[in-house]
Amino acid sequence: MHIAVEHLTKRFGAVCANDRLTISFAAGQIHGVLGENGAGKSTLMKLLAGYLQPDEGRILFDHAPRRLSGPGDALAVGVGMVHQEPLDIPAFTALENLLCAAPPGVFRSRRAAQTALQELAERLGFPVDPAARLDQLTVGQRQQIEIMRLLLCGARVLILDEPTTGITAAQARSLFTALRQIAAEGRTVLFVSHKLEEVAELCHTVTVLRNGQVVPPGQLPMPQPQEYLLSLMFGEAGAEPPIYRPLPLIDAPPVWELHRVTARSGTLQLVDLNHRFAAGRIIGLAGLDGSGQQVLLRLLAGQLAPDRGRVLVNGRDLTGAGPIAFRQAGIEYLPADRLRDGMIGALSLTDHFALLQGRGALVDRRAAEEAARQAIAEYQIKATPITPIAALSGGNQQRAMLALVPPDARGILAEQPTRGLDVASARAIWGRLQARRDAGCCVIFASPDLDEIMEYSDEVIVCFAGRIGPPIPRALLSSARLAELIGGVGFDALVEAVA
Amino acid sequence: MLWLRQLPDRYTRMRLDRLKPLASLTRPLLALLAAFVLTTIALLSSGVAPLEAYRLILFGAFSTPVRLSDMIMLAAPLLLCSVGLSITFAGGLYNLGVEGQMIAGAIAAMVPLRLWPDWPPLLLWLLAGLSGAAGGALWALLIGGLRRYAGVSEIFAGLGMNFLASGLALYLVLGPWRRQTSASLSGTDLLPRELWLPTVDRLRLAPAAPVIALIALVIVWWALTKTRWGLEVRAVGLNPAAAARLGIVTARRMAETLAACGALAGTAGMLQVVAVHHALIPNISSGIGLLGLLVALLARADPRWLLPIAVAFAAFTVGSIQLPLTLGIDSAIAGVLQGALVLFALATRARR
Repeated sequence: MHIAVEHLTKRFGAVCANDRLTISFAAGQIHGVLGENGAGKSTLMKLLAGYLQPDEGRILFDHAPRRLSGPGDALAVGVGMVHQEPLDIPAFTALENLLCAAPPGVFRSRRAAQTALQELAERLGFPVDPAARLDQLTVGQRQQIEIMRLLLCGARVLILDEPTTGITAAQARSLFTALRQIAAEGRTVLFVSHKLEEVAELCHTVTVLRNGQVVPPGQLPMPQPQEYLLSLMFGEAGAEPPIYRPLPLIDAPPVWELHRVTARSGTLQLVDLNHRFAAGRIIGLAGLDGSGQQVLLRLLAGQLAPDRGRVLVNGRDLTGAGPIAFRQAGIEYLPADRLRDGMIGALSLTDHFALLQGRGALVDRRAAEEAARQAIAEYQIKATPITPIAALSGGNQQRAMLALVPPDARGILAEQPTRGLDVASARAIWGRLQARRDAGCCVIFASPDLDEIMEYSDEVIVCFAGRIGPPIPRALLSSARLAELIGGVGFDALVEAVA
Repeated sequence: MLWLRQLPDRYTRMRLDRLKPLASLTRPLLALLAAFVLTTIALLSSGVAPLEAYRLILFGAFSTPVRLSDMIMLAAPLLLCSVGLSITFAGGLYNLGVEGQMIAGAIAAMVPLRLWPDWPPLLLWLLAGLSGAAGGALWALLIGGLRRYAGVSEIFAGLGMNFLASGLALYLVLGPWRRQTSASLSGTDLLPRELWLPTVDRLRLAPAAPVIALIALVIVWWALTKTRWGLEVRAVGLNPAAAARLGIVTARRMAETLAACGALAGTAGMLQVVAVHHALIPNISSGIGLLGLLVALLARADPRWLLPIAVAFAAFTVGSIQLPLTLGIDSAIAGVLQGALVLFALATRARR
């Protein structure tokens, strides 16, 4: 089926996730969709599959415009989407998942459904047991079942969102074979990915999204030079001169030491980490979403206990000691979602300082209010000491969260420290973090914004598919090289060169 | 609240000031009106003159000294339970096990009374009070333990423990603690007269009960608003993840709130034994714990509202007892009014 969008626009609050997109995808081909985090790929796919409704513009299926009321409606038109995390019913068997979601009249009987499933599985080369419960299967097997379910329910357009994360290399190979087969049968495949090699191997065309727009307007035929695609995804890197700031030598034990650490979170596993994070540094963690940065931050904050290996903080072994022990050792964690994990929205800055007072049966409100006043003046927070945190703007919330970091903190872990902030607020936050660094703190931050990583890091660590690269001094790195590493280009060589 | 953030400060304040008295008055009034409309429909459908029924429900409890004293003796345990629940609500927990904690408190209070009936009454009351509070707290901590170590939601754990507690009470009444004459569902033997909490002459009013409840109210209000413990409990209730990040041991605070609520419910159970029934009866809690849940929900766990609402609910319940005699309808209509009030109050609050 031919599928096209015209002037498709979707906004979330002030953010324009899809900005007047006009693209078309021809039938019988595999179309790659590339872009960094937040470029608008997922929004576009959810609009096409009926999970979201556009604010403006229209979607045409075989040249006929149609408004989708939901994913069921989309499947009736012939569009099916395979999500990154399987969206199925784990307690059901493969066959039951197929039956419970099938539109009425597709299968005459349970037996007919089973036969259809087995036939399709054979044609696509997916080994499948219709009676297997999905919670017994791997993510890759569940993905195969989901693809077959959509095809059997009449999907003529198949959307796959980052399908190769969390599956084995063998499963990826068999997925690619199947996708080629599906396209050869005249269906349309949309393949969303950030892995350039996969797009190069599989796709007939590629569409690059950046900041909610298609760059350059329209589709590109594959193959394309890798550097060109990278520059489209991340913007023109430009040849900025590297700013070399000699790192201060601080005569103190490293803030964190990891010895042969193995840790697991969800489907992501970090294996054999050996890192030392010295004091007086700002270390940027670069990588696409879910490449391991969050797991590393949680590991360093004590929220995640390693399966194996040791974690030392200021030279003391704190393996498995829990976040409160890490906090007492001077480690402060600043989460990306300030109101969900960082502060208590209904309470004021005074209340927060009162919570930090620690000892004494009664709250010393006067001291807490004095501390809040001081923080407001010093960090230029636009609030009164008794304004609820939830009523502050994002930038002021972030400043408040920084103001609450105790002065004797040795390590600060910041997840997207300037998320959702305007340029002036972001600069103010960075001024604060740099002051902490100069006072001897080790600041580790993760950010999807490469410019931010390049501008503020003393050292950069690239995370790729659950692997944590060695720290690279900022002076030795260019934006273009960083963009390559994030996409996995030359990552192995880098790791080997250091090892 | 999102739209507020985009407005300049001065506008927000103006808007908020103008909205505040309006919003804080119209919504409760609307809920009140809706609750009465629903109750009136129920009354009309059973062919009763609504005004006469309302006269009894609303003012019946104040018509004679006996009824007034009954109302106070119901309001006291009700207030204790709802005060306890205001602690668990502040800590973000739904302690539906309050009923069972009350029963556990009543059973625990019986233990010293049965063991040493000859001891001086004042000492025994003190022992019964401590034992009742400890029994309720222990029962609540079991819920906390189930939540912490077995991952059972405190709601389901609480409901389960309620059945366990009433089963235990029934077993004691019919088994080990049965009447000397013959086992009876009506309860154990009455306590010796001198162990009954002293009452005002001819009335069933034991002044100690409301005094204990009021003292508990003041202490809890003070603890929740003025102490560090109270601030930490509220922080955990509002956002456990952020509270943990700020260094609060959340699991411990949750356990403490449950224990505190259980202790207050247990004290209420003790009062049921020494001041109301003077025995352990199978239905010792009489649904007071669950009614306390409604009071706490309606008061939004704000301690200042607990007293008036607990008194009003006790008055509805006592006033409606006369309905079957004078109007020939069941007294359950008070429950309809109470339930409707809470339901509509929640519904109007959610509409924002």
